[in-house]
Amino acid sequence: MIKIYVPRDSSALAVGANDVAKAIAAEAAAQKISVQIIRNSSRGMAWLETFVEVETAKGRVGYGPVEVGDVQRLFAAKFYEGQKHTLCHGLVEELPYLKNQERLTFARAGITDPVSLSDYLAHDGFAGLKKALNLAGSAIVQEVTDSGLRGRGGAGFPTGIKWKTVHDAKADQKYVCCNADEGDSGTFADRMVMEGDPFMLIEGMTIAGIAAGATKGFIYIRSEYPDAISTMKKAIRIATDANWLGQNIQSTDHSFTLEVRRGAGAYICGEETAMLESLEGKRGMVRAKPPIPALVGLFGKPTIINNVLSFAAVPYILANGAAAYKNYGMGRSRGTLPFQLAGNIKQGGLVEKAFGITLRTLINDFGGGTYSGYPVRAVQVGGPLGSYLPDSQLDLPMDYETFAANMAMVGHGGLVVFDDSVDMAEQARFAMEFCAIESCGKCTPCRIGSTRGVEVIDKIVAGEDRDANLLLLEDLCQTMTDGSLCAMGGLTPMPVMSAVKHFPEDFDKPIRQAAE
Amino acid sequence: MAKTRTLIDIKSGKADPAVAIAARYGNKPDALLEILHDVQHELGFVPESSLPAIANALNISRAEAYGVATFYHDFHLKPTGKHVIKLCKAEACQSMGGRNLVDAVENFLKIKVGDTTADKLITLEATYCLGLCASAPAMMVDERPVARVDVKKFESVVEGLRT
Repeated sequence: MIKIYVPRDSSALAVGANDVAKAIAAEAAAQKISVQIIRNSSRGMAWLETFVEVETAKGRVGYGPVEVGDVQRLFAAKFYEGQKHTLCHGLVEELPYLKNQERLTFARAGITDPVSLSDYLAHDGFAGLKKALNLAGSAIVQEVTDSGLRGRGGAGFPTGIKWKTVHDAKADQKYVCCNADEGDSGTFADRMVMEGDPFMLIEGMTIAGIAAGATKGFIYIRSEYPDAISTMKKAIRIATDANWLGQNIQSTDHSFTLEVRRGAGAYICGEETAMLESLEGKRGMVRAKPPIPALVGLFGKPTIINNVLSFAAVPYILANGAAAYKNYGMGRSRGTLPFQLAGNIKQGGLVEKAFGITLRTLINDFGGGTYSGYPVRAVQVGGPLGSYLPDSQLDLPMDYETFAANMAMVGHGGLVVFDDSVDMAEQARFAMEFCAIESCGKCTPCRIGSTRGVEVIDKIVAGEDRDANLLLLEDLCQTMTDGSLCAMGGLTPMPVMSAVKHFPEDFDKPIRQAAE
Repeated sequence: MAKTRTLIDIKSGKADPAVAIAARYGNKPDALLEILHDVQHELGFVPESSLPAIANALNISRAEAYGVATFYHDFHLKPTGKHVIKLCKAEACQSMGGRNLVDAVENFLKIKVGDTTADKLITLEATYCLGLCASAPAMMVDERPVARVDVKKFESVVEGLRT
């Protein structure tokens, strides 16, 4: 029996992976070749999807991008024996894109069947939880603290300190909430974890539950990710049936249950307190802090809230020790970050590397430059609230502190590349427009400032009293930065002001045209 | 003696389907979003007439139920077309010509984003990120993701929905 792997990740489904799998099955049946088609997770090489792999004696051989129309020719070339074809990329493990990465969190990406518990266990799955089950909560917290792990959602707050706060809090009930409302454009690592390695997230959250003494967890997944929702639900059922979740996990005294909750298309619910409101069945309105959610969180109880990638990093840390994780990275940014190469890029996808790598390396060496072939003009890092970086900043190392010092942010590790056709005034306007659409409306700087921001940028672009309006925009941005309740209004000025600062030529077109 | 009826008690005799859905979630107020999702899945939209029934089941005020149903972009208080196509308008898709694609799609369907085609087949909506940013532009056809969308691909998807 020949094993053929066809990914089931959304990025593959979106380019017809289901049809490719069907076509391979049909052709194999017609040619009486015995094949087993395994729907694996994605390797994270989006430009090669649908990336079909065949198991051979030497290892897996990859073909991509495969479309339904290619299937007959692949069979003619005997791809099922790993033979050569124009779409053949040779041994998958030897591909530089994968070989040059440091995949700790995404170690199983593309290798396993996401909802196969035996696959997960065969590839070091639940090794971290097995250790945690025999540790005191405080020892787990110490391990996570020692690893230097910081919140991967974007804020970069030390995970261990957050966990310690919840651990030390006294309450009859505590919660663990996973923020899987991955709304930032240019990010998809959370989605890949949930669709591709859901048991890892379950494991990380269960470890958090044991560490803090919480017995109930929620995963808040955005509704734009229907495949992630169904995969996560299925994995929770399987894990519960096998007693990796539920009462007395693996016959220990620890109990932990998990529930998936769907978002409903509100970007603001990626903000942790708005997410809590939403989990309580309310409008996603931001809460004022303090009190911090670690003390007064879901239903008023102490709550650990972390991003998918933060929880997903924990099983490795527990299994291999804090030092193994801490060895990666630079400065105070320890470990690895799954970077997401997106937008106008030739080889988009997921690149997990230690902190310290530069944008240029990511974009040129891994990404292969722009998709269009034109020069890179701007890169937005860290989602719609992140700065636009010009070419002169592409050599900055990816590190929380370095980026902050340069008025930018690493955020969730998403990079959106723009070629030289981009109009940066249009991008700045969009940042304000997006804030106006998605603001929860609780605080004035965000609710009203964003609408005024759109108007002021329109005036600047129209050449109307340009200098005065630029000053006004700067003043408005300062007000939003200082006066907003959360990062939505507080960080919208980042893309706006970075566009004004680094690409001023896009904001004075009418004046230049008049002068010419 | 006849019980005095207040405005709150006035409702149609037929049991609202939302009541059974709320019961599936144990009438827990924190499950309101899940309930609204299921109502929309079953009925195609969230009828305003269902909101008092849901509020009653969850023991929350009508204002709270209405507030939630109108806060989130997902919930439609009016019937949509048979299919909902969500076109991504976020930055990664913009970098790959998303703005032009939106214009072209609007021209092709002869509607604006937010509207439904005259034959009630398609409701076109904007979304901000589908997590397919490495193969932009992207869209979601009901619950099916589609990447590397161009006008030709869009037209063929619509053709598929028509047949």
